[in-house]
Amino acid sequence: MLSFAIKRLGVAILVALTVSVITFSMIYLSGDPAMALAGEAATADDIANIREFYGYDRPILVQYLDWLFRALQGDFGQSHYLKTDVASVIFERLPTTMLLGACAISFALILSIPLGVISAIRPNSLIDRISLTIAVVGQAMPSFWFALTLMLWFGINWRLLPITGTSSWLNFIMPSIALGYYVTPGVMRLTRAGMLEVLASDYIRTARAKGLRPLRVLFKHALRNAILPVVSLAAVQFGFMLGGSIVIETIFAINGLGFLAWESIQRADLPMMQAIVLVLSVFYILLTFLADMINAFLDPRIRVT
Amino acid sequence: MSQTTTPPSGARPDEKILEPTPGAQLRRRIFGNTGLVIGASVLLVIFFVAAFAGVISPGDPYDQVLSRKLIPPIWHDSPNVTWDHPLGTDSLGRDYLTRLFYGARISLFIGFAAMLISGVIGTTLGVLAGYFGGRVDMVVNFILTTRLSLPVILVALAVVSLIGSSLYVVIWVLGLLIWDRFAVVMRAATLQVRNLEFVSAAQALGCSTWRIILSEIMPNIANHLIVVATLEMAHAILLEAALSFLGLGVQPPEPSWGLMVSEAKGLMFFDAWLITIPGAAIFALVLSINLLGDGIRDVTAPENRN
Repeated sequence: MLSFAIKRLGVAILVALTVSVITFSMIYLSGDPAMALAGEAATADDIANIREFYGYDRPILVQYLDWLFRALQGDFGQSHYLKTDVASVIFERLPTTMLLGACAISFALILSIPLGVISAIRPNSLIDRISLTIAVVGQAMPSFWFALTLMLWFGINWRLLPITGTSSWLNFIMPSIALGYYVTPGVMRLTRAGMLEVLASDYIRTARAKGLRPLRVLFKHALRNAILPVVSLAAVQFGFMLGGSIVIETIFAINGLGFLAWESIQRADLPMMQAIVLVLSVFYILLTFLADMINAFLDPRIRVT
Repeated sequence: MSQTTTPPSGARPDEKILEPTPGAQLRRRIFGNTGLVIGASVLLVIFFVAAFAGVISPGDPYDQVLSRKLIPPIWHDSPNVTWDHPLGTDSLGRDYLTRLFYGARISLFIGFAAMLISGVIGTTLGVLAGYFGGRVDMVVNFILTTRLSLPVILVALAVVSLIGSSLYVVIWVLGLLIWDRFAVVMRAATLQVRNLEFVSAAQALGCSTWRIILSEIMPNIANHLIVVATLEMAHAILLEAALSFLGLGVQPPEPSWGLMVSEAKGLMFFDAWLITIPGAAIFALVLSINLLGDGIRDVTAPENRN
């Protein structure tokens, strides 16, 4: 287990470093960052000053290492637009996005696991067909359109829910549904497939033959085993969701990391963009690492490969 | 099929009972699959609309007539409705049906082109990883993990905003980002056929690696490739719509469906159809491509259904 964990941790760190290189090189995508910062009316002197001020005149490797070591200490530099510390703005916005992500993943799991289980108990039944339809429809719906449609019906036509902001928990209902809905098809299919496989296995037959109550067999024996891959999928999807929250947060005017990312892109605020991409990527790497560890802990077969 | 293999009682012995030809069996599997038939038909209609947008459109997608702005679609109960604009006009007085028709072109083109780019990258990586295994597999896996840890929409938005957005930038950025599923599926499919007899036979005959991959392995994993290709095309269309919606995809005045939703966002509380119609168009296109992909998978490899 320990050697497996160390190996995985090594890979995770290497991936994180590669991501940091990609994130860093974003500055040079637009050409000369100093020229972009200076604006159109700048003289050659202005550009040279900016280049020196931000350290763009140093060799690229030095710039990267400097940026990386600062980032490792939680210092992502100054925002070009807000003129404040990038890290403090990010950590101010991060909890909102985490809360939204947690609500969204909870919604997705509460909807999809029961549907997946019922579909597996009664394959080809009405509920199975309905949940399959939900899955197919869900995968085809553009998230922004789904969000706007929710807003239109629940917010405007029926006046049930507030449409923007984060003033109360009611504000999180629609964004969580809009964000979480996209994850339900995958979780539902995985739960269904896992349950179908487990329910056909010998130990379930044994448990039934022993005369255990059907519900006990279902939850204690079957679901506990079938849910394993779902846990790691949910962890991975949570990471994807934080990246996808940019669309939903923009629509519902939720002051989280996604909205900050969109604002920073609009303002061409490079240090902020870099920091957000890096933070979300590293968070995702961390999540997949944890999911791997949980899986390896619960299923010893994984550790060997 | 059972009634064709055993002669029904009462049939004369000289009457020949024919086994359905493989073609007939395939046709039956295709037309017996409701999702596949619906998906293919809808997709065909959208493709037709995109191809002949210039002929069947009632107007010009860029023509603004400000005196005729915000006419509702014909099913609305309003004195302004007119058959000149069956789906009404947008806030600049452009015919909505025409823009919808031309929008199909953009969606299909971006979806297809981005899918081709990601398909080439993902298939190359996946097949190499699956065929060679070992170190190659490790390297490909590493690249894949790195790619997966980058948030797609965020990176796409950032890159597009830095290089400047245009149709081709969007296509390349999406193509370079969404190859992950190609790589995963192609690697698994290659692993399945790599050790089969015909591959060993080709190796024993001294065929070059290239030849084995191209003429022994590729034809046998082509059905998986087609299925992933449809799913990724749908994925690319959804991402383009999201990018355009956020203002960093296709630029005005082009009639991209995502952009149409974005432009109508401010008016949605008064004229909801302005966002309903283009949104429904994206939904129909993506749904039909997904149904087609699922259908192809069921027809070519029924055993992989779950």
